[in-house]
Amino acid sequence: MSANDTIDPTRRDFLYVATGMAGVVGAAAVAWPFIDQMRPDASTLAASSIEVDVSSLTPGMSLTVKWRGKPVFIRNRTPEEIKSAQEVPLAELKDPVARNANLSGDAQATDIDRSAGDGKENWLVMVGVCTHLGCVPLGQQGDFGGWFCPCHGSHYDTAGRIRKGPAPENMAIPTFSFISDSTIRIG
Amino acid sequence: MKKILNGLAAFGLVMAGALGAATAAEEAHNAAEPTHFPIMKPTQEKWSFSGPFGTYDRAQLQRGLKVYKEVCSACHSMDLVAFRTLADLGYSEEQVKAFAAEYEVEDGPNADGEMFTRKAGPNDHFPSPFPNEAAAAAANGGAAPPDMSLLAKARAVERGFPTFVFDIFTQYAEGGPDYIHALLTGYDHEPPAGMEVAEGTHYNPFFIAGKSLAMAKPISDGQVTYDDGSPETVDQYSRDVSAFLMWAAEPHLEARKQTGFSVMVFVLLFGALVYLTKRKVWSNVAH
Amino acid sequence: MSGGHSTYSPTTGIGRWMDARMPLPRLIHDSFISYPVPRNLNYAYTFGGILSLMLAAQIITGIVLAMHYVSDTTLAFQSVEKIMRDVNSGWLLRYMHANGASFFFIAVYIHIMRGLYYGSYKAPRELLWILGCIIYLLMMATGFMGYVLPWGQMSFWGATVITGFFTAIPLVGDWIQQLLLGGFAVDNPTLNRFFALHYLLPFMIAGVVVLHVWALHVVGQTNPTGIEVKSKTDVVAFTPYATIKDAFGMIVFVFVFAYFIFYIPNFLGHPDNYIQANSLKTPAHIVPEWYYLPFYAILRAITFNIGPIDSKLGGVIAMFGSIAVLFFVPWLDTSKVRSAVYRPWYKLFFWLFVANAIFLGWLGSRPAEGSYVIMAQFSTFYYFAFFLIIMPVLGLIETPRRMPNSITEAVLEKNKAGASVQPAGAAASPEVKG
Repeated sequence: MSANDTIDPTRRDFLYVATGMAGVVGAAAVAWPFIDQMRPDASTLAASSIEVDVSSLTPGMSLTVKWRGKPVFIRNRTPEEIKSAQEVPLAELKDPVARNANLSGDAQATDIDRSAGDGKENWLVMVGVCTHLGCVPLGQQGDFGGWFCPCHGSHYDTAGRIRKGPAPENMAIPTFSFISDSTIRIG
Repeated sequence: MKKILNGLAAFGLVMAGALGAATAAEEAHNAAEPTHFPIMKPTQEKWSFSGPFGTYDRAQLQRGLKVYKEVCSACHSMDLVAFRTLADLGYSEEQVKAFAAEYEVEDGPNADGEMFTRKAGPNDHFPSPFPNEAAAAAANGGAAPPDMSLLAKARAVERGFPTFVFDIFTQYAEGGPDYIHALLTGYDHEPPAGMEVAEGTHYNPFFIAGKSLAMAKPISDGQVTYDDGSPETVDQYSRDVSAFLMWAAEPHLEARKQTGFSVMVFVLLFGALVYLTKRKVWSNVAH
Repeated sequence: MSGGHSTYSPTTGIGRWMDARMPLPRLIHDSFISYPVPRNLNYAYTFGGILSLMLAAQIITGIVLAMHYVSDTTLAFQSVEKIMRDVNSGWLLRYMHANGASFFFIAVYIHIMRGLYYGSYKAPRELLWILGCIIYLLMMATGFMGYVLPWGQMSFWGATVITGFFTAIPLVGDWIQQLLLGGFAVDNPTLNRFFALHYLLPFMIAGVVVLHVWALHVVGQTNPTGIEVKSKTDVVAFTPYATIKDAFGMIVFVFVFAYFIFYIPNFLGHPDNYIQANSLKTPAHIVPEWYYLPFYAILRAITFNIGPIDSKLGGVIAMFGSIAVLFFVPWLDTSKVRSAVYRPWYKLFFWLFVANAIFLGWLGSRPAEGSYVIMAQFSTFYYFAFFLIIMPVLGLIETPRRMPNSITEAVLEKNKAGASVQPAGAAASPEVKG
C-alpha cells in the first residue's frame, strides 16, 4: 500500500476496523439460528404437564409414568416403609437436601419433605433417574429396601434418598400436586 | 455495460413478441366450455399482513377462528395446528385451555389396553371431523374436504407474465387468502348459457381446478355471530377466515417480516462499508 | 499452486515448524493471498466466490434441517411442518435452504453464462470447464432429490415423472426405474434413498469444487479481454483486491437472497407442494422447479418420432443431450479469439442464446399444448444450433475486432476513453506479490 500513503491513515484504518467489526457482528447474528434450533422446540416444551390417576394403587404398589421423556415413580408406601424412612437421622444422610421442586431449595431431606406432605405421607412421587449417570433404579431392592441402581451400585432408601454408592443426590421430586384425591398432576 | 443493455433490449423484444402470440392463443377459449381454470381471476384484496411491515389483525384472526370453528370445521380438518398456538391470536393461557376443552380427542391405550376419549388440552391439535380420509370422502360424495392447515399456501392462482415479475417488487404473497376469499364469495355467479354443471357439484368461476366443485355454498349472511360489531356478511366472514387460514399456514409471518427488516438494514449498512473499503483498496489500481 | 514459486515466508517459530511438517498455511497463502488475479476482472467474476458461499450455506442449513427431518412417507410432510412451526428458528432455516437452492442455481447460471461469454472454456481451461459441468450435473441431481424430501404433491409427482425418463431406455428401462425407486412406484424406499443421497451429493460437489479451484489455480483466471496474463502489471494479489471485491459481490447477492427469504419465501416454490403427496391423484399441471424448466421444455418439445427412436426416448435424449453438449463446448468453439468482447457476431448470438434459454424456461412452465409446443421446438432447435452450428462455423468465418496487446494496455485504454482520474503512475505500479 506504499503508493497510498497520501490518504489519511486514521480514516482508512477506521473504515477497515468498522467493516471488520460489522462482519463479526453479522457472522454472530447468522450463527444464532443454528444454535437456537437445538433448543427444545415448542411442542416439547408444551408437553410438560401430565395427569395420572392413582386410585388403583393400594399401599405397597407403584406406578411408573413417563414425564418429559423420563420415568416418574409414584409409590403408595406401606406403613413399614414410612416408619423406616422416618427413623433415619438426618446426620446419616449422604445428601441432607430434600431435592423437592415443590419446596424451597434448602428444605431438609426429612421423610415428610420427601413425601407428598401432611396427610399424604404414604405418597412418594419422584423422577426415577439415578442421580449418578442417569440409569433407572430398580424398585424395592438394595440394602435399604428402597431402590437400587444396577448400573453402578447406588442404594436409595424408602424415601428415595441416596444412602450408599456413587450417586451424589437424592432422587429428584418433580413439581406435582393432587388435583383430587385420586389424581396427581405432574409438571 | 451499454452492450449488455442492448442485449437485454433485444431479448425483451423477442420475449414480448413471443408472449403476445402465446397470450392470444390462450385467450381464445369458449365461454361455455372453458379449458383453463379458474374461469375468473380472484381480485386482489387488502390484507393487514401484506407488505414488508405486515402484521396479523388479532381481532380478525379471532373472528376467523370463530368462523372456522362454527362452519368449516364440520368438514375440514386442521391437523397441523395445535391449540397452544392460539395464544398467537391474543388469547390467554386460560382461554386457550377452555377453548381446547370444548373438543374431544382420542387417547390411550389406558391400563386396560382400551382407547378412550378425553378433553383436548393445549398441546393437542385440532381433531379431524372424520376418523380417516376414506370416511371423509364417503361422507362428502367422494371428495374428501382438504385439510385447512396449509390451505392459504397451497392455493394460489397463477399470476402469468408479466404480473409475476412485478410481484417480486410488490411482495405479493397473498394469492392464497385472495383465492379463498374469492371462492367463498363467488357462489352467487350464474353459469353461462350452455354450460353443463355436473350433478352434485356447484358452479363457481373462481374454483381453481374446474368449473364447479363438490362443496356447496358453505356460509351465508348472519350465520356466525360476531361480538365486536363487525358486519355479519359473507364478504366479512370470508375475509376473516382467509386471514385466519393465512395465520394457520404461516404462523411465524410477523417474526419473519420483522427479522427481515433488521437483516435488510444490516446488510445494506454492511454492504456500504464493504463497498467503501473496496474502493479504498482498489484506489491505487486502475481496473 | 500458482506456477510453483511460493512467496510464503513464515516469520514466527511456530510458522516455520509447521511449514516444515505440513505446509497448510503456505497452501492457503499461495492460493488465497498471494495468488495473482488479472486486474481487470469485473463483477461477473465474483460468482465463483458466491457459489462457494451458497454451497457452504446449503450444507450447513441442510445438516441442521436433517436434525429435525424424518424420511418416512407417513411423517416427512409433518416433520417439515414441525420445522416450520415448532422448531426454534426452524422457519428461517427451512426457507433459507429452500430458497438457497434457487439462488445456488441463479448464481451457477450467471457463472456459466460468464464462462460462455468470455470464452473461459478455451485451452488451456478445458478440464476446468468440464469439472464445472460435472458440478452442475451433481447440483441438478442434488436439487431434484432435495425437492422430493418434503413429500408434497410436486415432490411425489416430480419424482415419478423424472424417474420415468429412464423407462424410455430400450430393453433395460423398466429395470433401471425399479432399481432407482426400490419398488414399482415412488414410495418409502425411494424417499429414504433420496434422503441418503441428498445428504451425500453436496459433499461430492464440495470435492469436485476443490478440483475445480485447483485446476483454476494452475491455469489462472481468464479476464474480460481474454488475453493471457503477460507481466506483473497485468495482475493484482488475490488478497486484498479480489477478496474485498468478492465480498462486495457476495453481500449484494445475499441482499437479494434475504429479500426472498423474508418477504416472498414461497415465490419460487409451487403451491401444490404444500399439499401432502397423494399417490392416487396427480396435480392438474406438473412442473419441476424453475431451474429445470428449460430442460423440461426441451423434453416436451420432441413430440415426433425420429426414425427408430420414438418421441419419448427422443425427448429424453434431447434433454440429456442439452446438458451433455456443454461438455464439448471447448472443442465446438473454433474461434482463435477467446472473449466475446472482440467478437461482435458471437456476442449477438450469445445474447440470443440467453434470451432463448429464458424463453425455454417460460415455455417449460406452460402446458404442453398448441402453439407452446411449436415455440418450444423452435427454441430447442436454436439451443442446439448455438452449440453445434453457430459455435464451430462462426469461429471460422467471423472477423474479430482489434485486440489490445495486454491486459494493462486494455485497462489504460478503457480509462483514457472514460476520462478517468486515475494517475497513470499509480496504475502502472500496483503492488503485486505474486
